[in-house]
Amino acid sequence: MTDLSYDHKQHLKTLLPEPAINEIDHWIKKYPPERKRPPIIAALKVVQEHNGNYLTEELMQAVGEYLDVPQIAVFEVATFYSMFHLDKVGKHVISVCNNISCSLRGADNVIEQLQNRLNIKLGETTDDGLYTIKTVECMAACGGAPMLEVDKVYFENLTEEKVDQILSDIAALEIAKQKKPADLSAEVKK
Amino acid sequence: MGKVHLEIDGKPFEAEVGSMIIEVADLAGIYIPRFCYHKKLSVAANCRMCMVDVSSIPKAVPASATPVAEGMQIQTKTEKAVSARKSVMEFLLINHPLDCPVCDQGGECELQDLSMEYGDDVSRFTEGKRVVKDKNIGPLISTDMTRCIHCTRCVRFGQEVVGIREMGAIGRGEHMEISTYIEESIESEVSGNIIDLCPVGALNAKPSLFKARAWEMRQSPSIAAHDCLGSNVWVHHRRGDIIRVVPRENEAINEVWLSDRDRFSYQALTEGERLLKPRIKRHGEWQEADWQSALSFVASEMKRVIGGSQGKNFGGLIGNSVTTEESYLFQKLLRGMECNNIDFRTRRRDFSGDGRSSVRSGFNFPMEELDHMDATLLIAADLRHEQPLTALRVRKSTGFGNAMAINPFDGEYNFKLAHEIQPDPHFLAQEFARVIVAADKLNPDVLHAEAKEWLNGVESELVHEEIAKKLLHGEKSCIVLGVYVQEHPQAQTINWLAESLASITQSEWGYMTQGCNAAGNKIAGAVPMQSAAGGKSKAGKNAKQMLLEGLQGYFLFNCEPDVESVWSKEALNSLNNASFVVAATPFADGRALDYADVLLPIAGCYETSGTYINVEGTWQSFAAAVKAPEESRPGWKVLRVLANLFELKGFDYESSEQVINELREKFDAAGENKVARKIPPPLMQVNESEVSRKSLGLYQVDSIVRRAKALQQTPKASTHPISVSRVTT
Amino acid sequence: MANEVCFRTLHLDEPWSLEAYESVGGYSALKKIVAGELGYEKIIDELKLSALRGRGGAGFPTGLKWSFMPRNMPGQKYVVCNSDEGEPGTFKDRDILRFNPHQLIEGMIIAGYVMNATVGYNYMRGEFYEPFERMEKALQEARDRNYLGEKILGSDICFELHNHMGAGAYICGEETALIESLEGKKGQPRFKPPFPANYGVFGRPTNVNNTESYASVPVILENSGQWFLDLGKPNNGGTKIFSVSGHVANPGNFEIGLGTSFKDLLAMAGGMLGGKKLKAVIPGGSSSPILPAETMMQLTMDYDAIGKAGSMLGSGAVIVLDETTCMVNLAAITAHFYYEESCGQCTPCREGTGWMSRVIHRILNGQGRADDLDNLDRVASNIMGRTICALGDAAAMPIKGFLKHYRHEFEYMIEHKRSIVAE
Ligand SMILES: Cc1cc2nc3c(=O)[nH]c(=O)nc-3n(C[C@H](O)[C@H](O)[C@H](O)COP(=O)(O)O)c2cc1C
Ligand code: SF4
Ligand code: FES
Repeated sequence: MTDLSYDHKQHLKTLLPEPAINEIDHWIKKYPPERKRPPIIAALKVVQEHNGNYLTEELMQAVGEYLDVPQIAVFEVATFYSMFHLDKVGKHVISVCNNISCSLRGADNVIEQLQNRLNIKLGETTDDGLYTIKTVECMAACGGAPMLEVDKVYFENLTEEKVDQILSDIAALEIAKQKKPADLSAEVKK
Repeated sequence: MGKVHLEIDGKPFEAEVGSMIIEVADLAGIYIPRFCYHKKLSVAANCRMCMVDVSSIPKAVPASATPVAEGMQIQTKTEKAVSARKSVMEFLLINHPLDCPVCDQGGECELQDLSMEYGDDVSRFTEGKRVVKDKNIGPLISTDMTRCIHCTRCVRFGQEVVGIREMGAIGRGEHMEISTYIEESIESEVSGNIIDLCPVGALNAKPSLFKARAWEMRQSPSIAAHDCLGSNVWVHHRRGDIIRVVPRENEAINEVWLSDRDRFSYQALTEGERLLKPRIKRHGEWQEADWQSALSFVASEMKRVIGGSQGKNFGGLIGNSVTTEESYLFQKLLRGMECNNIDFRTRRRDFSGDGRSSVRSGFNFPMEELDHMDATLLIAADLRHEQPLTALRVRKSTGFGNAMAINPFDGEYNFKLAHEIQPDPHFLAQEFARVIVAADKLNPDVLHAEAKEWLNGVESELVHEEIAKKLLHGEKSCIVLGVYVQEHPQAQTINWLAESLASITQSEWGYMTQGCNAAGNKIAGAVPMQSAAGGKSKAGKNAKQMLLEGLQGYFLFNCEPDVESVWSKEALNSLNNASFVVAATPFADGRALDYADVLLPIAGCYETSGTYINVEGTWQSFAAAVKAPEESRPGWKVLRVLANLFELKGFDYESSEQVINELREKFDAAGENKVARKIPPPLMQVNESEVSRKSLGLYQVDSIVRRAKALQQTPKASTHPISVSRVTT
Repeated sequence: MANEVCFRTLHLDEPWSLEAYESVGGYSALKKIVAGELGYEKIIDELKLSALRGRGGAGFPTGLKWSFMPRNMPGQKYVVCNSDEGEPGTFKDRDILRFNPHQLIEGMIIAGYVMNATVGYNYMRGEFYEPFERMEKALQEARDRNYLGEKILGSDICFELHNHMGAGAYICGEETALIESLEGKKGQPRFKPPFPANYGVFGRPTNVNNTESYASVPVILENSGQWFLDLGKPNNGGTKIFSVSGHVANPGNFEIGLGTSFKDLLAMAGGMLGGKKLKAVIPGGSSSPILPAETMMQLTMDYDAIGKAGSMLGSGAVIVLDETTCMVNLAAITAHFYYEESCGQCTPCREGTGWMSRVIHRILNGQGRADDLDNLDRVASNIMGRTICALGDAAAMPIKGFLKHYRHEFEYMIEHKRSIVAE
């Protein structure tokens, strides 16, 4: 039975921080108001980012309700585009291009190196949930082949040293993030 | 629309500008193979099977998506066309399982048929086939998605025709799958149509699964029995067992569709607990009896009760979905015994119109016209649940026109409403009257003084004016009253209001009725105030009086007032207290077991010949598709034999046709006996206890539907009845 | 003769800034329009004269396309930029967005004026975060200066431009799939007709052009159609950005006149990597059929010359292959790409791309059979011309190309279960 007091917009708001909701609202404004579907992709991206890189059924449903579109419409979009993950993935998804130009310039070596360093296979996620490696199709950076993308940044003209550097930079970032709460609690104790 | 001239396979044709090649070919009887194209759906052109050769275009083109042009030369059988189709067929088959021998679609599969013509017997595809995980989408439809060829007909049906998107194509490329959002989530009341639409065996009727192969079945035309539309169906049966029911095309009535209710109700007949022999209750124990002794017992008991009270203390109640022949004989029998307490309207509260309204009921315009209305005003019409296919028609009109509603419901609409007013059910008539006041302001020359006087003091607001304006300015407009209106304590007032508004705004109007044959029952004379074809009758008691006052004896003919009447509690009481109750019914599991003294097994729908008269007054006769099981007999025969026992004259019918012909003659001779409605009693708020907050649920409407297993397992069965008002105290 | 059009700010500091763009004459075409010195008919004439052809791949004359838009039809119309840049080998639009966003913006404003459209969308592929941020910043600058928005520079022209992001789907580069995607749906191409000029975004007339096409417009109008035409050759006007990748010493984008010889382009890209021998070239992105070295060395880089040689200039993505390249491997990568990226709606493409990819991978895995090659060629032919959009052709043509020129490498692998090219 229809529950009229149910506010369709509310659920997403309980799942996302306000700035993220504002970001979605910003996208909504770009399209004619009577069109409800155009912001689906953008909203899913915002939601995915806040959920550690993957979508859940609850999140997709909340997006559908927030935008007032049928659930299946959201689901169709989420399963069509390759940047959406419907299964849990690492916090840092390392996407290596292995299309023609990157292959010609050694993408296989990059993949090999990443697999060895992280001790996982393509498509897998490290036990600590930090990294996933996957291959992607051409990312429009063939002039800098081989290349990879991680955390929204392109890294081009990859060499063995560069790949190691990328990994250690991410690791350093993670350590810095982990330190903070600990340091804070130490301070509180004082 | 202009015309163009073209040639298909060398023969000249004329075609409407803007039509697609395939439409023209279909009209001309030239078959072009297709999977995704369907005349009732948008063009997808994704299967690429309908490729034809147009001489001015170098590549083969899809006939379903290529508009005709002047002078076009189309060839359907050249190498260019045929090789394109062959390659499509090859592509479709590489990932399609070759499981025709175990597939329910086998024998009527469009893919199988066409592969005979276009498929090469040796597939050159030696890679592995795609396998798709199956989904459970509910009790009505079984899926085998590995067989899906991605024509998207099912998806488009939901999106376009129903307006509820349940199915979608998820994933992309070869990984694309037709799916629902979450499992078990097909809820629409017309979902079964995707079974017919699916050209392969991916979507099948779950209740019929593995019951029979296509070539083993025979089909009989019939009429569906659960709403006042009277959808045309084919009953498919094998050796006397109904296997399934599918739509029979009739543009004017059900187009090519069927509601789930009409499609799956037959299950009550095949799997319900049937009454197979007459039974007599002796000393509180049911005993099986032969027809002879059961009917003699009925005759002597009826004589006792009727004779002792000059017909006053006996009553006959007949169901909403019996055949016209049955109700005609029923009333003829009772009237022959001097009993005029006859009614079918167990859901009615307001009988003030009795004797004044026309013998016809329902719509005074063809339902088909609902497709083209510029403005449609719904009054307490829960269309999706009352008349699912009518909702589809109204939805069509909202592509260009406006639908509006004054509904005291938690509305579930599959179309957009331009205006929606949700009055408390007590104020339904009052709220409606405000629209008439608004219309009267716009067009003051129609209502006569007396009516204006009656409306004095009713005020309209902006929304009422908007509604009135749309009705008045729409070139074609109509007012549709839902079934609920006929159950309302002010039914006659609302009918009068509708008629008045229609005359002010020059709209059509009509009202929906419960069950499939209310119109037939009325014409047959199964009402206390008039006999067949509006003929004279001594006054009798109506359903409300019979059930509330409590009679000594009742004859229930396929009627379960304890469930389906708005007076169900009182009804049960009266039936329990009666000294004699005879129930003619197809089933052996109702409360009749408690309150009845005799049970007579009669045929269910599809097991008897007969006639239903639908809401627009169309008489639709049909033969029995299958024989009634064991000792059960068609109702009209039972009534005929009973009448013979009473030695009543004029009951020597040999076929149901003779019965209906007799009625038809009377009806035609009587002509239109329109009686002017009188001004209704003053508009007041109605009594709280008299207002129903529940209407009969989608799958509660009659004895058959209530016993249809799969329907009862759907989510819609439990969310219904819907609560009538959300604006309650 | 290099970097005169889309890359004309490249030599400046912060080439993406409004200051940089204005310093090379940016927004002066718009100002001429605002001043009433340049009407829409004149603009279309200049574009036609310039022989600017669509830079997205199909090479359709831009001036002609603009003239198809029903500018006087009442109601909303849209101008859409295709910055999806998904064709393997192509990486030019990303650099326009990153280094000269204002020129694209100006081009789109002008298009809006010409076609009487007040709203534009720039559809960027989902992975373009950096370009997105540059574009967003540039849009803000343009709004602040009233180059964008209501009553531009005090005129009656209004134009609002939004960035829209995809989420990873090559097919969204196809213009009708792009429109569907912009509407928030799966990127499934629409059957044409109707064409976007009649029925585009939200069912309204819509013009879709590639990033480079729009970005070329301001420069053409600042100079003249004739000037642009003279940068290239007849019917192939102007400069074009060639994205050179693969086995060259110095891969990158080169904006040079159409009609420049391939030899010169190769030299600009530093010649062959490690001094190896040129084996073949994929001249216009992965969907263009491969051409052997001998052919390529004779060719000039323009639509007509490459078309005549049996391939396509496409988006100008030049993939250079040296003698170590295994063609079966390349064909496998190519086939896999289209298999992954088929939208799945029409039968020949959905089923055929998977079939081709499986057969080639089987050959690559040493399980090829003698009849595979004929079958492969037949499947490719059966896809071609029978699909809703051109992805079907794009998937089939390169495979046919590989078989045409390098069939012996496939045969060798089927027979010997290893590549003809020694590692
Ligand atoms: C499968 C496919 C992919 C395409 N991808 C792109 C693309 O990434 N970028 C682009 O500009 N055009 C692409 N196109 C071409 C567009 O459909 C369209 O022709 C182009 O955007 C028109 O702009 P133009 O006339 O300026 O070239 C693609 C076409 C097809 C069939
Ligand atoms: S050719 Fe391929 S990508 Fe294009 S519509 Fe058909 S399935 Fe989709
Ligand atoms: S029926 Fe024409 S393409 Fe499917």
